[in-house]
Amino acid sequence: MAKTESAYKKRSDGRKFDELRPISAKVGVVPSADGSAIYQSGKTRALAVVRGPRILHPKHMENPEKGILRFTYQMMSFSVWDRIKPGTSRRGQEIGKVSEWALNEIVDLDAFPNSVVDVIVQIPQADAGTRVAGLNAAAMALAQAGVPMKEMVSAVAVGKMDRTLVADVDKEEEDFEEGEGATDIPVCLTSRTKKIALLQLDGKISIPELKEAISMAKKACAKINEIQMKALKEPGKEIKG
Amino acid sequence: MEERKIVVPGETIIQGDEFLPGDGTRREEKDIVACRYGLADLSDRLVRVIPLSGVYVPRRGNVIIGTIVGVTFKGWLVDFGSHQNGFLNVAEVPRYIGKGELRDFLDFGDVVCAKVFSTDGNNIDLSIKLRGFGKVEGGQLIQVNPNKVPRVIGKEGSMVNLIKEATGCDITVGQNGVVWVGSEKIENELAARKIIEFICENSFVAGLTEKVENFIEKEFGKKIKSRDVQPQSEEKEEPMGEVDA
Repeated sequence: MAKTESAYKKRSDGRKFDELRPISAKVGVVPSADGSAIYQSGKTRALAVVRGPRILHPKHMENPEKGILRFTYQMMSFSVWDRIKPGTSRRGQEIGKVSEWALNEIVDLDAFPNSVVDVIVQIPQADAGTRVAGLNAAAMALAQAGVPMKEMVSAVAVGKMDRTLVADVDKEEEDFEEGEGATDIPVCLTSRTKKIALLQLDGKISIPELKEAISMAKKACAKINEIQMKALKEPGKEIKG
Repeated sequence: MEERKIVVPGETIIQGDEFLPGDGTRREEKDIVACRYGLADLSDRLVRVIPLSGVYVPRRGNVIIGTIVGVTFKGWLVDFGSHQNGFLNVAEVPRYIGKGELRDFLDFGDVVCAKVFSTDGNNIDLSIKLRGFGKVEGGQLIQVNPNKVPRVIGKEGSMVNLIKEATGCDITVGQNGVVWVGSEKIENELAARKIIEFICENSFVAGLTEKVENFIEKEFGKKIKSRDVQPQSEEKEEPMGEVDA
């Protein structure tokens, strides 16, 4: 690719282009829940709680063939600089839905017909990449809840700042406007088979660049998965990386 | 494997064609892969994952303590904290019950101790026909983590017997994590509750029985030794619940 000079030469927080923000993960933070986890990437923080498999209400949602997964994503009112209205929003519903689809790839609820596994993700502090942080936390919480799963998932948001690809975008980068502007690509990969469970794209990108972005996400997800595994093997302990 | 390790879904537990995948595992070519979170256990050639957390999943033969949440034409619906309610058929109770008399025998909110006799298909069928099962009256219910029930029961019921001896209570442990304790005196019930809570807090400590003996001696000034049971090959999950009429 004949590259013209990209306008984005250095990351605002001094990271390398493929470097992740400092991660911390902890499993078992909500004792009353069946499974829970907190995942932090830089200033973004996600808390996931899993309850179930349990009896499903409303009854019309029941599936007699297998259990269903219900994902709720919400940002707390103080998670961003401007207060946001707490509760469900159109954006929250959409993120909940796509995250639900991603997790449906790995959970195996054939043994629990007519029941539901509730995954509740709350964002106490947001600095871009909340849906991927939510997915990372949710995967750990689901595992801790003892839900049968084929494998784990890890997610990362890859970005394109003008023409530079970067891993784990933060809010300042997301708002980058020079040149081609910023493109945000949240990618969720399964841990064993490395399949794509979620791929979204906000902006514009060429096909070779997208391929490069996905291979970058693969490397980042491997690192995140390592931390998730460590956190699950030592429940109650905060793992940093 | 000398020591049981925590495994995460998708993780390879062990490699080799000679191993057999058990509960919570699957085979992927040469690898035995974990399908759930828990402790990997290798006995002989069988690899399985012992759950560490999660909701109670009923199995045939389990003893459960639950609440009546529904009355239908031919039986009762029992909530016992599982992913779906259990069904207790009128034919599975000790005496004949006519149409319209169901609520006289067991009403909403009543607590029953029942046996799971089938988990086929989409139903969990319960029975109270056998001795020792039926409506639970008096005493107290203690909620414990269902994954810690084997610790409360102990080897061949040794732990339950220890608590019974120490407090003089009648105890029924439901596999779903509900423990019933009953005694003439409420002090005894509270003492039993204290001991059970102690067991759950220290469930991962080695030599738990000894710890509990010391705890009883310190708290209640009673010296009680658990009757030695024949040394079992290994501390395994006790499948049966302890039932006292």
